[in-house]
Amino acid sequence: MSIEVQHISKTFGSFVALDDVNLTVPTGQLVALLGPSGSGKTTLLRVIAGLEQATPAPGIDSGIRFHDEDVSHTPVRHRKVGFVFQHYALFRHMNVFENGAFGLRVARPRSRKLQIQERVHQLLALIQLEGLAHRYPSQLSGGQRQRVALARALAVQPKVLLLDEPFGALDAQVRQELRRWLRRLHDQLHVTSVFVTHDQDEALEVADRVVVMNRGRVEQVGTPDEVFHHPATEFVMHFLGQVNQFHGRVEEGRVRFGNLELPFPQYAHNQDGAARVFIRPHDVTIDTKTNGLPSIQATIERIHSAGAVVRLEMRTDAGQLLFAEISQERFATMHLTYGGTVFVRPRHIRVFTDDYDNCTRSAPLSI
Amino acid sequence: MAGAASLHARATIVQPRAIAEPKLVRWTLIGTTLAFLSLFLFVPLAAVFYEALRKGLSAYLHSFTDPAALAAIKLTLLAAGIAVPVNLVFGLAASWAIAKFQFRGKHLLITLIDLPFAVSPVVSGMIYVLLYGANGYLGPWLIAHNVQIIFALPGIVLATVFVTFPFVAREVIPLMQSQGTQEEQAAMTLGASGWQTFWRVTLPGVKWAMLYGVILSNARAMGEFGAVSVVSGHIRGKTNTMPLHVEILYNEYNFVAAFAVASLLALLALATLGLKTLVEWRSAVALAQAEANPVVQEKAS
Repeated sequence: MSIEVQHISKTFGSFVALDDVNLTVPTGQLVALLGPSGSGKTTLLRVIAGLEQATPAPGIDSGIRFHDEDVSHTPVRHRKVGFVFQHYALFRHMNVFENGAFGLRVARPRSRKLQIQERVHQLLALIQLEGLAHRYPSQLSGGQRQRVALARALAVQPKVLLLDEPFGALDAQVRQELRRWLRRLHDQLHVTSVFVTHDQDEALEVADRVVVMNRGRVEQVGTPDEVFHHPATEFVMHFLGQVNQFHGRVEEGRVRFGNLELPFPQYAHNQDGAARVFIRPHDVTIDTKTNGLPSIQATIERIHSAGAVVRLEMRTDAGQLLFAEISQERFATMHLTYGGTVFVRPRHIRVFTDDYDNCTRSAPLSI
Repeated sequence: MAGAASLHARATIVQPRAIAEPKLVRWTLIGTTLAFLSLFLFVPLAAVFYEALRKGLSAYLHSFTDPAALAAIKLTLLAAGIAVPVNLVFGLAASWAIAKFQFRGKHLLITLIDLPFAVSPVVSGMIYVLLYGANGYLGPWLIAHNVQIIFALPGIVLATVFVTFPFVAREVIPLMQSQGTQEEQAAMTLGASGWQTFWRVTLPGVKWAMLYGVILSNARAMGEFGAVSVVSGHIRGKTNTMPLHVEILYNEYNFVAAFAVASLLALLALATLGLKTLVEWRSAVALAQAEANPVVQEKAS
């Protein structure tokens, strides 16, 4: 069951939560809506579920379609969506079994007791909580509640599964575990799923496709690889991991920033333009001596060596803070010290330029 | 084991000397409190039963065979039996509207629900007389259609409904507000209709608070004097409720009968206190659970 979102806008008073959003979720995929808080990702999820009505836009063909069927005016209870709330929203006066059986009971009040029992126990087996059928939500841990919420949503065999910050309220270790579990579960069930998250690691690790949102708009849609390695906008570049940013100029096939000047054939105009240059901390090489290759001179301010990689905080002569990541092996051979001078050589950079039509162009550059 | 250990720890906690008052101050304060409670609560309560049983158990029981006393008991039960369910429905509907929806005039509604607490019961009785009495605004029309409200059961019920209507709503609103709307939304995504959601999710969530409100409103309904006194007309055996009947008997110097009926009201009060404590404890547990799983206001994120 695919989901199609067409020209959806939503305003709360004067606040624009969604601004003409278009999105297609192909059948059977697990898609992440990724963005900072206030980017509209939860609102979009709630509009898809029918918990929120889109603000009507006269004259525009807008709507939500589930597999070519327009559900824009279908009330939430007939949309057949499974919705998992951020704070689980389990029925606190019902035990785990009753929570799971709720959807089946309200759909067919006369359905056979045995059928319900069979289905619910099957689901509890799926979420590995068979032994806890008679526990109440207040007696469960956060991770267990989350799984019960998921089982409850799956009980009614939803056409699409929507999860709002599914791991938001859990601690780091449980998060990791549940993430992998959700991915395995999705591979088992293949129900079209959308989940909201503000954690880029979560989105990149779990999802088939990532939808990066900002200020009520979709910035980029792509596979985790695409959005990470080929960010379409400066926002995506900033949001997916740490990045060093420089302000520079482009002119006649060259880009200048800091004290560097590099060839940049993508911009051939003879009139110079502003450029933003982005360098990922792991895309640089650090040397203690200059070897003639283009590099930025900087002073080491901080060294974080407790981790898989060593993270360096440096300051350039122009006073800009610069981040770099190098391997532990390389760090061991280098004898870096606080206040020491190093030469930072970018290996890959990404340049964003403003065109004449004020369109932002992005281009990668390997050195 | 852990439970036993913590219990033991609690038992051995001794108030540190540094923050304790001197013995003299402590005993003066405790003594004052006890004297006050005795003078205003225990002695009057004991006096009611003492006076009622003054001429023996048979005289006490004989008081209840009086048809007027029986009629008063019946009328009180009937009035409370109508007023309490009416206020239960109203209280739940008002709480649901206030706690789960946003609308204009919400604050005005909350203020209006508290109105009976602020207005003297006599005044509220007077208003009904002014509206429905023979010389009231609607009086001539009611007489023409042969409907009697004042000095009859409908008036007593109206006055009782008025003075008791804040109780259920006041108890249920805070709990519903702290529980939020997430569970209802979850029920809807699972295919439940509004009605199913109310019966299966909303109501079970607030049942203890609701019961607490019902108990309080029942106690008030049975004990109400002022408002009912104005609209009842004190017709012996017909429109006298228990509190009114007590007054009449007392004014007739029939002390044993007066205190016998009063003792029933006192027993009712004691039973109410017992039930209230039980339900209070249960609803405190429910509220604590609601607060342990706080509902974060949905934000547009």
